[in-house]
Amino acid sequence: MEKMSRVTTALGSSSITGRTMFCHLDAPANAISVCRDAAQVVVAGRNIFKIYALEEEQFVEKLNLRVGRKPSLNFSCADVMWHQMEENLLATAATNGAVVTWNLGKPSRNKQDQLFTEHKRTVNKVCFHPTEAYMLLSGSQDGFMKCFDLRKKESVSTFSGQSESVRDVQFSMKDYFTFAASFENGNVQLWDIRRPDRYERMFTAHTGPVFCCDWHPDDRGWLATGGRDKMVKVWDMTTNRAKEIYCVQTIASVARVKWRPEKKFHLATCSMMVDHNIYVWDIRRPFIPFATFEEHKDVTTGIVWRHQHDPHYLLSGSKDSTLYQHMFKDATRPVDKANPEGLCFGLMGDLAFAVNESLVSSDAGRKPYPGGDRRYPFFSFKKPNPTEQFAHVSSALSVFETDLDSSRMDWFVKTAQLYLLSGKPFTELCDHNATVAQELKRPQVRRVRTKIIIRITGTANLNVSAFSFSMKEMGPESRLERCKGESRPDNVHLEPGNSHISNNNEDNEETEGSDGPTEYMFGDAELDDDDLYPMEHDNQTVPEEPVYTLPPEAFQLRHEIIDNPSAPEHLQQDKADSPHVSGNEAEVACLTPIESFSLISISQPLYSPHLHASFFCPIVREMLSHYAERGDVQMAVSVLIVLGERIRKEIDDLTQEHWYMSYIDLLQRFELWNVSNEVIKLSTCSAITCLNQTSTTLHINCSNCKRPMSNKGWICDRCRQCASACAVCHHVVKGLFVWCQGCSHGGHLEHIMNWLKNNSHCPAGCGHLCEYT
Amino acid sequence: MMEMQHQESLGRWDGLSSRDASSRAEAMEFICQEVMRKVEAIEPKKAATPALGSSPNSDLNDILVHLLMLSRRCPFEDVRGRCTQLLRDIQDLGIRIPRPLGSGPSRFIPEKEILQVSKVDASTQAIFEDAFAALHRLDNISLVMSFHPQYLGSFLRTQHYLLQMDGPLPLHYRHYICIMAAARHQCSYLVNLHVNDFLQVGGNTKWLNGLNEAPQKLQQLGEINKILAHRPWLLTKEHIERLLKTEEHSWSLAELIHAVVLLTHYHSLSSFTFGCGIMPEINCDGGHTFRPPSVSQYCVCDIANGNGHANHHDDLLGNQEMCGEVEELMERMKQLQECRDDEEASQEEMATRFEREKTESMLVVTSEDEECVPSRDISRHFEDTSYGYQDFSRRGEQVPTFRAQDYSWEDHGFSLVNRLYPDVGQMLDEKFQMAYNLTYNTMATHKDVDTSMLRRAIWNYIHCMFGIRYDDYDYGEINQLLDRSFKIYIKTMVCSPEKTTKRMYESFWRQFQHSEKVHVNLLLMEARMQAELLYALRAITRYMT
Repeated sequence: MEKMSRVTTALGSSSITGRTMFCHLDAPANAISVCRDAAQVVVAGRNIFKIYALEEEQFVEKLNLRVGRKPSLNFSCADVMWHQMEENLLATAATNGAVVTWNLGKPSRNKQDQLFTEHKRTVNKVCFHPTEAYMLLSGSQDGFMKCFDLRKKESVSTFSGQSESVRDVQFSMKDYFTFAASFENGNVQLWDIRRPDRYERMFTAHTGPVFCCDWHPDDRGWLATGGRDKMVKVWDMTTNRAKEIYCVQTIASVARVKWRPEKKFHLATCSMMVDHNIYVWDIRRPFIPFATFEEHKDVTTGIVWRHQHDPHYLLSGSKDSTLYQHMFKDATRPVDKANPEGLCFGLMGDLAFAVNESLVSSDAGRKPYPGGDRRYPFFSFKKPNPTEQFAHVSSALSVFETDLDSSRMDWFVKTAQLYLLSGKPFTELCDHNATVAQELKRPQVRRVRTKIIIRITGTANLNVSAFSFSMKEMGPESRLERCKGESRPDNVHLEPGNSHISNNNEDNEETEGSDGPTEYMFGDAELDDDDLYPMEHDNQTVPEEPVYTLPPEAFQLRHEIIDNPSAPEHLQQDKADSPHVSGNEAEVACLTPIESFSLISISQPLYSPHLHASFFCPIVREMLSHYAERGDVQMAVSVLIVLGERIRKEIDDLTQEHWYMSYIDLLQRFELWNVSNEVIKLSTCSAITCLNQTSTTLHINCSNCKRPMSNKGWICDRCRQCASACAVCHHVVKGLFVWCQGCSHGGHLEHIMNWLKNNSHCPAGCGHLCEYT
Repeated sequence: MMEMQHQESLGRWDGLSSRDASSRAEAMEFICQEVMRKVEAIEPKKAATPALGSSPNSDLNDILVHLLMLSRRCPFEDVRGRCTQLLRDIQDLGIRIPRPLGSGPSRFIPEKEILQVSKVDASTQAIFEDAFAALHRLDNISLVMSFHPQYLGSFLRTQHYLLQMDGPLPLHYRHYICIMAAARHQCSYLVNLHVNDFLQVGGNTKWLNGLNEAPQKLQQLGEINKILAHRPWLLTKEHIERLLKTEEHSWSLAELIHAVVLLTHYHSLSSFTFGCGIMPEINCDGGHTFRPPSVSQYCVCDIANGNGHANHHDDLLGNQEMCGEVEELMERMKQLQECRDDEEASQEEMATRFEREKTESMLVVTSEDEECVPSRDISRHFEDTSYGYQDFSRRGEQVPTFRAQDYSWEDHGFSLVNRLYPDVGQMLDEKFQMAYNLTYNTMATHKDVDTSMLRRAIWNYIHCMFGIRYDDYDYGEINQLLDRSFKIYIKTMVCSPEKTTKRMYESFWRQFQHSEKVHVNLLLMEARMQAELLYALRAITRYMT
């Protein structure tokens, strides 16, 4: 029987012709259905129930089934289905809960055949059995599915969905007895028509209602479902558990889904809200629709393929009161408009970028990359699949390799680890950090040390600070390096009359007089380069100055500028050449404007010796911002932490927070958890400190039964054994527990260390070769 | 507006809502010192001029009132204890301390019936603590709703999200919109609450002088506020267009959705507030007094909500009279259940039943008591005070019936809201379902009753009043199940809540528990909100297409 029909329809399909066309209906449509020979279509809605003939050039109204004096609610259709075997048989689902069948063969004007009013709520869906002439299935809002034998006056069996509203019911194409039902709570159930007592299988397909489902016409096991969660999922039902094999994300809730005939991987969807288009998807390419029909002006409510073996004609009805026939060849192909691009970072910071060749060639003015970039020929290993109608794109692949030496971030890691941020007096911290920076020989050529010389003169309590601006000429451009002076108000009172000389490093000497305005100079041996123009400050007395006693200290700020031509210049080039490398922008942007600065030396009495410490804050602030902008948040944050209260007020909280966040983020990327934690702890921003207060959860699994340990004790409540026993001493480990990630045995840190000094195998005797590093 | 001074002192109150006992204790300690300092400061002055209301004094009074509130409403035992103690200490110093006016959160429900903050089960306690942490208060609405903790959780979550979490509108706008919505129904309780919140989030005091002092943008919202509150069926896509298309002060779609959800939420919450006779918060105007209790000052509310004795007798009498009410109702439900299948009403019959119910709902007279004049204080938040509920389909001005099957919350509304204001769709959906499906299978003293039919009748009756029709519902059922006094109550509460009286509350379903009446209120509130929301969302959908 089935074969026969296949033969006849296959013959028939060759005779289908037509074009994209539409006709106006009088009212919004809710559902449409075609008859088997694809010559007629029925449109049903709240105020419409008509049959149209599909002719070559147009739709022709054949029959209006809404007859009678008063329009009855039985005509208010939520769904309609034309029997695929019997040409004269139709069924409708009414919003008032009635299921009506219609016999077109009736001689009278009223074609209504049978009326079933067994459902208490709106019937959402009716479905004829694909091969059985008299079997009709309905699914309703009241949570029941009913199976009707059209030869009888009432339903033969009722299937209960446990008071969850049924949105769709579909007989399987291949299994005679099976049907699928989708529910408002997101479940899909499979039923055997012979067993109304309970479902065969149930699974949760979507979050929120599942509006529709459709069996694959050829593949026995595939069921497509669409839901309010904007997804279409394809399930393989042949296995024990329904397995999701494909998933398509759409942009609006999915109201209908229909497999495309003769195309195994294609399906059509339309939406219930907001989006009026009909999409045809290739489920293997879920990101971009294969074809789009954009004719409707309001939501599409019904879609159906005109003939069950012809993939080229799609019919659709809509709330905008039109009925369309879409020709597949007239569909919009979004793929044509898309520019396929791919971008990926490699492990070592390389960047691969693939783009449609046509786009690359148009960009002919590009410079070749000096060293980093190589263009690889693109090979497609994928054999063109004839069933896939996707345009093959040949693309150009560019790989940007980063210069290993220049881009290594080792210095970052090391400095991060070695910088001391707290725990020692202020000066020591500064010294220490300066040394660290020095030792690491970061790729800077030169480091400018800034000294703050604070001197206390006997009676006047003068506070002097010195500034040095040093300029350095370098290559084609000279850079301005700002040096900072820093002084700090400290409450440590020092004996008057003391004059302190502070040396930051051995080669930095300073001498000063003990009173009044003094001139002093300092040299910086680190500035081994030629141009150093110290600026000297004259001390002047400022009468209003409150009596301030400052500790004679030198504060030393390390100031590194990446000077290595290879690093920034390389980046610069990258930047100029490739619009796709970003991230160093700030740095580059900062470097470029520093053009040839003439070397200036200023020697001028600038600042009064009495300057309040806060006077320098703006300069420090500027310095920090400068660093931060240049991308060296490490510097900014470290200084911020070390200076603590002294500078905090100067910088607004948001900026500080921003710096902290960036630095912490960087630290975490380098997996410097301890350092980042320390920074969080030491930070003074409340927004940052609270990062540490977010709850930390440790999930522990029992080492014996591998199940999660629920309670907090040492005993697993499932296997009643002590978890985390030491493999060496067999006692419970409370404290540091070390274990092998290979065999997951372990124990007290000390025990394991001792054990592995002499043995190479696991102490538990599992035979694993453990390694302790 | 007395809470304005509280602003600067808010920092320390916040500490009390911490979950950590020690930080609560710390905050409490700080407050104690502060209060004592203030008390000592006025001490000498007081001796000279014992008059109340001098400025440092009123500042102190605010604090005292806040303490009083905490002593009653804070979900944390320790804070309650300390506050009570502190108040007592202060009283011993000879300072007048306030006491709550009336008792309990509701005028209609005796305090003893409502859950005490001190005696709740763990899950409710958790909900209370959450609410307290978020808002630093536990309002009377929450207390009354705690009859139904499941729902309360969902309700507070939604409200918190709407008011405090990420959203398209700035915080002070949100509160202002709440004020606008509540003012439409002259709900001074909600207005007061949100005026405080509005000021707390830094709102401009000027705006409170009236809508015409608020930004143009909010003024434009006035129109749909008015329509939504009273005749939502008149909302068209032109209204939406006007809001979205005016160049400078225009709304974005996402903002509009947010505003609409807030408006509808607060319209229906006003209904609930009146329907349950929610009392002013202890720390708001009218919630407390500094006068010592005396016989002549004995608060009317105390008597009215059953804390006095007079009422008892009345109740008993009523019970005897209406003894058969519940049974009768159950009998009818049973009959409907059984004969449903036998008797087949014709389609025309069904249609006329809906029309009849609709017109009949018009005949239900809402106000039988004195005309309620909106106080000036509140009416300034909205314009056009005369605009009120008008019966749907009145005098021939035919508005087409809204077919629930053509635009439903589940299929259409949800997607629209969730698209423009993520997560809110989900929360509202959960809340609607919770309200619609909530049941304990009890009716008054009877157990194991399937109340779904009754709940559906109430829900659909409210939608019917707003002109929303379900094709698959037989509106004859409503007539069978809802008696006249109940209909009066529903109609009043939904359409002009400010006219709800205690008598109405008492005269329907006399034998039912208070918790069941609150349950009914929840149903009414959610059904109303959904109806308004459906009209608003449909207009927006039409605008978009």
